[in-house]
Amino acid sequence: MNLRNLWRAAAVAFAFATPLHADINIQPVTSPGGIKAWLVEDHGIPFTALEIRFKGGTSLDAAGKRGAVNLMTALIEEGAGDLDSQGFAAARDGLAASFQFSSDQDGVSVSSHFLTENRDQALALLHDALTKPRFDQVAVDRVREQVLSGLRSDAKDPGAIAANLERARSFGDHPYGSDGSGTVESVTALTRDDIVQAFKDAIARDRITVAAAGDISAAELGVVLDKLLGDLPATGAAQPGPATLQTKGGITVQPFPGPQSMIIFGQGGMKFSDPDYFAASLLNEILGGGRFSARLMTEVREKRGLTYGVSTGIAAYDHAEVLVGQFQASNEKVAEAIKVIRDEWAKIAKDGVTAEELANAKTYMTGAYPLRFDGNDTIASILVGMQDLGLPPDYPKTRNARVDAVTLEDVKRVASRLIKPDDLHFTVVGTPTGVANE
Amino acid sequence: MFRTFGRSIGRSLFGLLALSLPASADTVSSFTLDNGLQVVVIEDHRAPVVTQMVWYKIGRADEVAGHSGIAHFFEHLMFKGTEKVPSGEFSATVEKQGGTDNAFTTQDYTAYFQRVAADRLELMMQMESDRMVNLNMSEEDVTTERQVILEERGQRTDSDPGSLLQEQMSAAQYLNHPYGIPVIGWRAEIAGLTRDDAINFYRAYYAPNNAILIVAGDVKPDDVLALAKKYYGPLPPSDKIKPRARPQEPPQLAERRLVLADERVAQPYVARSYMAPERNPGDQKQAAALAVLADLLGGSGTTSVLTKALQFDSQTAVYSSAYYDGVSVDPQTFGLVVVPAEGVSLADAEAAMDKAISKFMQDGVNPQDFARIKTQIRAGQIYARDSAGGLARTYGEALAVGLSVQDVQDWPDVLQAVTPEDVMAAAKLVFNRDQAVTGWLTTKEAAQ
Repeated sequence: MNLRNLWRAAAVAFAFATPLHADINIQPVTSPGGIKAWLVEDHGIPFTALEIRFKGGTSLDAAGKRGAVNLMTALIEEGAGDLDSQGFAAARDGLAASFQFSSDQDGVSVSSHFLTENRDQALALLHDALTKPRFDQVAVDRVREQVLSGLRSDAKDPGAIAANLERARSFGDHPYGSDGSGTVESVTALTRDDIVQAFKDAIARDRITVAAAGDISAAELGVVLDKLLGDLPATGAAQPGPATLQTKGGITVQPFPGPQSMIIFGQGGMKFSDPDYFAASLLNEILGGGRFSARLMTEVREKRGLTYGVSTGIAAYDHAEVLVGQFQASNEKVAEAIKVIRDEWAKIAKDGVTAEELANAKTYMTGAYPLRFDGNDTIASILVGMQDLGLPPDYPKTRNARVDAVTLEDVKRVASRLIKPDDLHFTVVGTPTGVANE
Repeated sequence: MFRTFGRSIGRSLFGLLALSLPASADTVSSFTLDNGLQVVVIEDHRAPVVTQMVWYKIGRADEVAGHSGIAHFFEHLMFKGTEKVPSGEFSATVEKQGGTDNAFTTQDYTAYFQRVAADRLELMMQMESDRMVNLNMSEEDVTTERQVILEERGQRTDSDPGSLLQEQMSAAQYLNHPYGIPVIGWRAEIAGLTRDDAINFYRAYYAPNNAILIVAGDVKPDDVLALAKKYYGPLPPSDKIKPRARPQEPPQLAERRLVLADERVAQPYVARSYMAPERNPGDQKQAAALAVLADLLGGSGTTSVLTKALQFDSQTAVYSSAYYDGVSVDPQTFGLVVVPAEGVSLADAEAAMDKAISKFMQDGVNPQDFARIKTQIRAGQIYARDSAGGLARTYGEALAVGLSVQDVQDWPDVLQAVTPEDVMAAAKLVFNRDQAVTGWLTTKEAAQ
């Protein structure tokens, strides 16, 4: 056995030592008032991360009010109760607490952390923000200008232009078909009343998911949940219906100046609840996952130097699923890169993957999983995501066994079922050479 | 959904955190091997995870003139294989373990890291020590990777007018010091880099006595030391490593002003950079005052001096900030940026920014703002303990620019000891327009 084989043997021996599950203890907690949450208790560092998610997000925008939920979310921290914007920020910073409010197509997220020494004061302030936001006209106007500035930048940003084209092409009139931040016209027209209505629509107890991680006990968390969320309104606006994905392969070129083009490519995806989801996930990992050893990264970057990076992902939203990827390339290299990606698409649909690729993707996915649970903020956020997917609290202990159970035949079956070379569409923003609409 | 790709360039214009804080001393141990390799171990036993980082005290500013970008180019080539670990296998092996690996280059250092399950540390050390001396790249590897790097420059710099302005401002800021040349390099010089350039660079600078090993996570210092001795210990030191003595700045006597007009600009802004001192070993007081100054002027999107003046008391701007990093070998910059509100010209935005700074110089530090920042500095030490990987980075970058473990551990206390008088003295020193560059990023139409 030469040196190189010895080395391989060492790597293989390590691979068999992969931890079989994430060793994390999730406690389901129900408050005296009936609010449910998950908790990972760890008293090592005197602070707590608390994550709250309200299902719905920017897809709850009323007709003609595109961008209302996004602007409302940005305004929650701009004054509450007796405090105006300045007063609220000073109070929060004086406690060294952090509250972040963000929105996406499926939810409004409140990510917070606060010290144990002033937890009650920090949570009282957060409670004011969630129940008594002021939405002062002066704050609405100021933050609106920030949103408009972002939208004007997006209008000349190839990545944002490509994302907007891809949304519209894929989902048409469904809220998924347009940018949740709205348009310059729709945001300019929003009134304070629209913001107040968006708050009533989006922030309610019937759509809430909560998790905490860090220096807090289950009993303490129960009390916190009731104080913080007990007096939120019971219900909000109805959730939107399913989005219908337009699947038609081809190329759409949107001219834009610059040395490089931005390309988003995609087709239909798979629901998380599908029994084949883990096979699809492994398939994506092999085709275009984040690893440098994924097929697309190897073929497009490592072998040919056509891009700095390319990757794909399965995006399973609440109302639709896509398999989508992106890359940037010099204008004269776009045609070749598209050809290489199309070839890889056809190849994997026809032949599936090799046993070695599957084994490597499995050790990657199962090995990486326990490493995700890193830090209180991250753990709280993962716990909310798991609850949103309807998973049980012991899921981290069983998830890797589900990945390992996927067979080569499963992946091959899923490859032919999921990967549709004829559906693969490329949206190109730039001035690529030798690439035309098709 | 989309991840960004690493093997990247440090030092972006915005978002630098001068206030990043280290762990308390009892969780940190340090050693030096006989061959000069410095080893730092940061313990965090909450999860069975470890981060290994190797930092080389070699960066863009240490390159030979005319070969800009070789430090960063070489960072990419470090993934091209050795006899034991062929090209592409390094990342593939880390990924098979479920880990992540990457690397980054700045003006002052180049760093490589892996984050894996704690029981895989030995394999990581085996591979990382191997490529410190045994790298073996083919002509074809070099040719392909040069294309990747030109694509990287296209993506990060040439497609982004803001990055182009930043590049032009740095070039104008430094009259003589190599910090004026971009980390990724000038395009024409990247295109001319060869395999020989890479090999010469490697032989000269990649050696244990020019490196720092940081291991952070669920590990014991004695175990790490034993493994470090086993894998890094046998590597020979280089006799070519000399203290970094780069060309320094002459007196800067004239303000510089730049306008970059680009059809791709949607949101114009004005940026200003001033020469500023850095943190120095055993002498971090002035830098601490500048860090607090940056926080007072632009650290909060609501209560900072610039935000209040430009977004609350007037509707001049939609965004404003101040930035200062402090961690560098040689003097660096203190920066301001203002993004004007719709209908406000860059001239008016700049005038309002200067008026706000003048008023601050007259009024001095607001005691409530000052107290809040001190509270946040103290809390920052608690929050920083939540990320062993973040602590590894804090120690690594400080040690790589010549600060000591003690300097890193003193930093929170030095920050706490800053007085309002220190802040005003630092502001007086830094706000000198003769040593400043002002850049306008503007649309083509507005420039005509």
